[in-house]
Amino acid sequence: MTPLRIVAAGDAALIAEFDDRVDVEVNRQAVALAEHVRAQAVRGVRDVVPTFRSVAVYFDPLHTDVDALATTLRSAAPTKEYTRSTSVIEVPVCYDSDFALDLEDIARRARLDTDTFVSIHTNSEYRVFMLGFMPGFAYLGTVDARIATPRQATPRLQVPAGSVGIAGQQTGIYPAQTPGGWNIIGRTPLRTWRPAAEQPSLFRAGDSVRFRRIDRATFEKIAVTQGDTV
Amino acid sequence: MSDMLEVLAVGLLTTVQDLGRWGHQSSGVPVAGPMDPFAHRLANAIVANPRDAATLEITLTGPMLAFHVARSFAVAGASFELFMDDRPVETDCLLEARAGSVLRFGTRRAGARAYLAVAGGIDVPVVLGSRATHVPSGMGGCSGRALRKGDRLPLGVTPPAATPPHGLTRPTERQTQNVAIVRVMSGPQADLFTADALDALTASPYRVDSNSNRMGYRLVGPTLRHRHGADIISDATPLGTVQVPASGQPLLLMADRQTTGGYAKIATVISADIGVAGQVAPGDFLQFKACDHSEAVAALLVREKPLLALESRGA
Repeated sequence: MTPLRIVAAGDAALIAEFDDRVDVEVNRQAVALAEHVRAQAVRGVRDVVPTFRSVAVYFDPLHTDVDALATTLRSAAPTKEYTRSTSVIEVPVCYDSDFALDLEDIARRARLDTDTFVSIHTNSEYRVFMLGFMPGFAYLGTVDARIATPRQATPRLQVPAGSVGIAGQQTGIYPAQTPGGWNIIGRTPLRTWRPAAEQPSLFRAGDSVRFRRIDRATFEKIAVTQGDTV
Repeated sequence: MSDMLEVLAVGLLTTVQDLGRWGHQSSGVPVAGPMDPFAHRLANAIVANPRDAATLEITLTGPMLAFHVARSFAVAGASFELFMDDRPVETDCLLEARAGSVLRFGTRRAGARAYLAVAGGIDVPVVLGSRATHVPSGMGGCSGRALRKGDRLPLGVTPPAATPPHGLTRPTERQTQNVAIVRVMSGPQADLFTADALDALTASPYRVDSNSNRMGYRLVGPTLRHRHGADIISDATPLGTVQVPASGQPLLLMADRQTTGGYAKIATVISADIGVAGQVAPGDFLQFKACDHSEAVAALLVREKPLLALESRGA
């Protein structure tokens, strides 16, 4: 998992880059390197951030030897990927039209009926490539080419919390209400982001996720167990 | 509860900030924190607070605040006229409020952001290890938002009485002219731009557009050209990143930036000059200047030395 190159992003961050593509194997290397760096507990390191194909290491320039940190990044031996658990995180989703603001439109464009579209969405296991954009937002991939849809030309001013969307070959869940341009195909009753919890996000880079279709009654039943919405 | 500060009138934008919410960017949590971390630390150091105690960041026009308890305080950063109970008082020095004192910010003379540190710090709840306000995600500070008239901010336990610092030399250089010089290191993705782009970035000043905020500054100036397009696979966006979308007009990412972004990044402002960038207002100009890592660290030491001396007082 030796990175292809290590570049400075100013005097307080190094970025270790792998192959320039969105790919499970490439992302696995990035997540593993991030775990490796965290485990080294390098003096002055303030944050370690794995993304699709790279790892950013933030540090205090007065307390971290940047050359030694680069060596640590370069010398990381191939290791087994970190996994929190072997199980898959199951996310219940109601695809009813009240929640699925764009499902009919994008299914029509894909020349699929909405049920087929939904079954393709629920049939895959997705990888959490990274979190970003907003607190707790997980980028999941890769969606089946038949249902991949470019993001909307004009973002919605408000996407409700829990909305499940598709953008290109990514799928994801909005943890809180926010403006956003993903095509919304359903909503989960799960609260995936709890800022007061020790582990605030349901997801971490490297996790596996599967969506399960639920009806409206089940949605409401799960929703009341989730506490206050954010 | 009388150990508090009451907001009698709000300025343009006043938020609670500490040194930021570090360690959660891998969950998509923005760092936030002060736009001028050196001024934030100076204000804290004067009142003998730890450097990460929460202060109020005051933007462009200042608030009016009432002390419900006697406390020492200090204001650093942007230069404002300052009045306590209608008498003029100085910034960058230790001041004493009585219970009932009213602090009022007047005309701004220079800089964009002042920091008010009160002995004991602003004791809003800690969220994910920090009191810093991130307004876009509604996290931290005073209910995740900017201060409003009528807010009552709890104050923390007073640290051992501060001794007025002697021979305080101003560690924050105030920008009196409206062109701020900010040093950048090339990268992380300078190779995605045409060969002359870095020269173009540093050749002449960029104007800070009115559509700029704590997340970032839109800059208006020479167009920077990409070799193969502006979009990259989203990756991390450090503080001070100069990111360039397809328009070729750069964006400077500041305290409230998102943790990741999908535009190529040509250069990064060095830690020593982040505070300089944090003190420019819309309409001001930024002149970028290239430097390397060792120059950046040397510059940071110069900036830190007087602050560290103040911070270690009595420790």
